[in-house]
Amino acid sequence: MTPASTNASRQLLPVVPLAALFLAAFVLPLAALVAISLFRNPQSAELSLLQYLRFLSDPFSIKVLSDTLWLGAEVALATLVLSYPLALVYVASGPFMRTLITFLIMLPLLTSTVVRTFAWIVILGRDGIVNSAMLSLGLWQSPARLLYTWEGMVLALTQIQLPLMALPVINSLLRLDGNLTRAAEGLGASRVRIFLTVVLPLTLPGAIAGWLLVFAAAATAFITQTLVGGGRIILMPSYIYQQAVGVQDWPFAAALSLIFTLAVTGIVFAIGALSRRFVRGVDAA
Amino acid sequence: MQRSLIDRIYSTVIGAITCFGMLLLLAPTLVVLVISFTGGITLKFPPPSWSLRWYVELLQSREIVEPALTSLKVAAAATLLSAVLGGAAALGLARSRLKMARALDALFMSPMVLPAMAFGLSLLLVFNLLGIRLSAATLVLGHTIICVPFVIRMVGASVQQLNPVLITCSLSLGASRWYTFRRITLPLIRRGIVASCFVAFLTSFDNVPVSLFLADARTEVLPIKLWAILEGSLDVRVAAVSGVIVLVTLAGLVCAEIFGGISRQIGKR
Repeated sequence: MTPASTNASRQLLPVVPLAALFLAAFVLPLAALVAISLFRNPQSAELSLLQYLRFLSDPFSIKVLSDTLWLGAEVALATLVLSYPLALVYVASGPFMRTLITFLIMLPLLTSTVVRTFAWIVILGRDGIVNSAMLSLGLWQSPARLLYTWEGMVLALTQIQLPLMALPVINSLLRLDGNLTRAAEGLGASRVRIFLTVVLPLTLPGAIAGWLLVFAAAATAFITQTLVGGGRIILMPSYIYQQAVGVQDWPFAAALSLIFTLAVTGIVFAIGALSRRFVRGVDAA
Repeated sequence: MQRSLIDRIYSTVIGAITCFGMLLLLAPTLVVLVISFTGGITLKFPPPSWSLRWYVELLQSREIVEPALTSLKVAAAATLLSAVLGGAAALGLARSRLKMARALDALFMSPMVLPAMAFGLSLLLVFNLLGIRLSAATLVLGHTIICVPFVIRMVGASVQQLNPVLITCSLSLGASRWYTFRRITLPLIRRGIVASCFVAFLTSFDNVPVSLFLADARTEVLPIKLWAILEGSLDVRVAAVSGVIVLVTLAGLVCAEIFGGISRQIGKR
């Protein structure tokens, strides 16, 4: 080894304890997860692909997975639609409005997920705010069921994950060169046109980064899914929990976890790679 | 004047969506705070009367206070562990151009990408295979792995901004490595450390997917307890707990802002 390379390796010395911890408490467990997913059944360690075949041949399981991924996509889209106006106002306004928006974004980001989900139960419940307001205004004759519905779950998750989208979008709008929009304005473009042809394409990297963050977070949001979605809507996280803790079928639960992980990370990497190819400057995000 | 009409419609739409977005962000927290002061026994909004009865009730509920204390202890331990190990690793990785360093960095960030549910289950399987009994210690271990990515990113960002000349100067003037670390490096990356500790603490305190698999009956943590209560019946005590959590988080945010400039740190991520 040359002196330079030993020096460079010595720099990595403080990394050793954490690397050891990750080996024992992250890499090893994941290896165990893979191994157990190959067990024929909870009782025998005989290796087979039975659990995966079981998943693929079961329409219910496939539906649970596709519902979960679809939920993530919907929520990510909803947060995207809300984030751009927020970011546009943020960039255009003075220090007070900027501080206010930052504070409003930080507040839910830092408040416990259970608390945020609880708030949605109060808002959407049978005697909740929406129902009592609509009834007292005479707009509804009887309380509507808002909790335990797909729409209620999408709404709650949209609020809960909105900060994850708003931050990258605001950041990429801040980095946008103001001269470009001013030039477009000077050349007579309407504001809609400036947004569609200048702002949107140039801030797409931030939007894609945010979309992927929210997609993954919403698809895996166990607490909100089970409490606002209720027992009727089964999604991957509660399916895994039910198989592991309720039924104690660990091989199947392990296979479900791996399939779910591969599906979520697969989509994240695929969209990331596609956008790197077709959108300029995604790496900068 | 058709163009300016389109522009006006555009501005109105943007303004309306922004107002809705801001209301959406604020409303749930506000609702929780308001309802926690209800005098009634249901979650009716607006509350029929005002009182602190649920906060009093809360202090007397051992079944909630004990998980809360467990959560605080576990979060404190996980924060300390991830700050020390993650901070050291961030210092080592930040300036290294070795391929190995980049691979390790990717490994340390991967808990962020992996669904936490899968990680919780995998830890449970390993503890079971090795015959290790679940305890507060196993819980801390799981939480630490989840918290480390935040520490690496935030401390790493601080180290990147550190001017290496300062360290070279200190060393060449005869200061020892340890003295240089204590008097030069540490104060300069303090903001990143404070901010990452704050985020790590909240991450652990709020974690459900890992705790769900690793908490045994004696180490029940607060979010799981609240989840169980909410799944069963709507209990107004949850509103009081939520009120406490919101107020403490706000106080923590103000402190972290003063000592760590947290909003800039999070914005950068």
